[in-house]
Amino acid sequence: MKFKALSLLTALFTGAVLTLASTAHAADDSLNAVLAKKSIALGVASDFPPYGFMGPDFKLTGVDVATAQLIADKLGVKAEFVPVSTPNRIPYLQTKKIDLIVSALGKNPEREKVIDFTVAYAPFFQAVFGPKSLNIKSFDDLAGKSIAVTRGTIQDDVLQKVAPPTLKIQRFEDDSTTVAAFISQQTQLLATGAAVAAAAVQKNPQVQAEYKLLLKDSPNFIGVRKGETALLTKVNEILRAAKADGTLEKYSQKWLGRGTGVLPD
Amino acid sequence: MIEFDFAVVLAEWPMLLRGLGLTVTLTAVSAVLGALLGTACAWARLHGGKGLKRTVGTYVEIVRNTPFIIQLFFIFFGLPSLGLRLSVEVACILAMVLNLGAYACEIVRAGLQTTPKGQLEAALSLALTPWQIFSRVVLPPALARVWPALVSQIIIVMLGSAVCGQISAEELSQAANLISSRTFRSFESYIVVALIYLLLAVGLRQLLFWFGPRFIFTSR
Repeated sequence: MKFKALSLLTALFTGAVLTLASTAHAADDSLNAVLAKKSIALGVASDFPPYGFMGPDFKLTGVDVATAQLIADKLGVKAEFVPVSTPNRIPYLQTKKIDLIVSALGKNPEREKVIDFTVAYAPFFQAVFGPKSLNIKSFDDLAGKSIAVTRGTIQDDVLQKVAPPTLKIQRFEDDSTTVAAFISQQTQLLATGAAVAAAAVQKNPQVQAEYKLLLKDSPNFIGVRKGETALLTKVNEILRAAKADGTLEKYSQKWLGRGTGVLPD
Repeated sequence: MIEFDFAVVLAEWPMLLRGLGLTVTLTAVSAVLGALLGTACAWARLHGGKGLKRTVGTYVEIVRNTPFIIQLFFIFFGLPSLGLRLSVEVACILAMVLNLGAYACEIVRAGLQTTPKGQLEAALSLALTPWQIFSRVVLPPALARVWPALVSQIIIVMLGSAVCGQISAEELSQAANLISSRTFRSFESYIVVALIYLLLAVGLRQLLFWFGPRFIFTSR
């Protein structure tokens, strides 16, 4: 009895995997489907400022949301936002719950095996942040300053390599204590990811922190189901146009406090 | 089977040595100041005025009923919003002194309260001043009675200084954390540091048991 149930389950599971595999390599019809029903499902983060987050008016906002809205507008369809999380966004795309992932998605070889990527639309970066009153133009200007960083992160490694020896690197155990040290002005500077810094500044406007120096760049791409070439081409067209007319630059300045820089095409 | 590689951890010995130095410094300063604070508070709880008694009592209860790490975070992250910004090392010492002070207060008070009545009466009949009675007659034997407990408490505070790494003090445990995140040899790092703490604690106990009877109170 038990074995029967098990084999039934296995059969069901295999079936499910096969269906998944077949949808993953679906016919190239998403663009037509989107245009036909006049709406596009966009997977965005709802808790990742400044990329995708709830604004004070309980509406989704951020670089990702603005970019996603732009794509829907250019396609002439309604934007339907679907909140996604980091672990579930790719499965959502593969199972057609969403048509595009627009949630601070970075490109890596593992992901390239299962989904396609458009051109980059926004920067994502690790950087040094500090108060407006502090003049920091290069790594040499960090001499004699103090900086909070989370131990063992990319930021920690990069700082270790590029900073002058007189920079006092104060290491904390997690992002929240690192940010707390900076907010309570126990350190003059903060080295962290753009999203963490933006959230910290948003909640503590009194610190007047701004972007100072770049530590590491890893831009965001929009994820498209494998094989949806028509949709991919169309979105790339829209993004390239938005890059050319300065729209993406404007979004980046507005939410990240820094230009897009050179985005990989 | 895990393969140990202590060489990469021990290669970072300058960092371990610096960490050890800070841990010893933090402990030494806070042990002296904390014990003094504890003794003063014990006196205040027994002989102080009503207000003083209540103030010291509140301090002791707050410290003894909250976690050390929260006290440390309060001093380091909280006080700056009240306008008091302390360096990492000063914040650590302040937290450790306040912590030890509260526990030492209760330990010393226990010692003071077990002073035999006859001893007090003898001192009074010799027309000694209250300060002379406290410092010459009551305190030394009281400290001798509670010395083992006090030494244990100082060692607990020394071991507790391991959390100072959380506010970026580069003491021994922070050194271990850094070494483990650089070499990815966490097991080895923590074994090495645990051994250092063990030796430190045993050594400190020996030192204080030697030091106390000779310099703090003279047992005859």
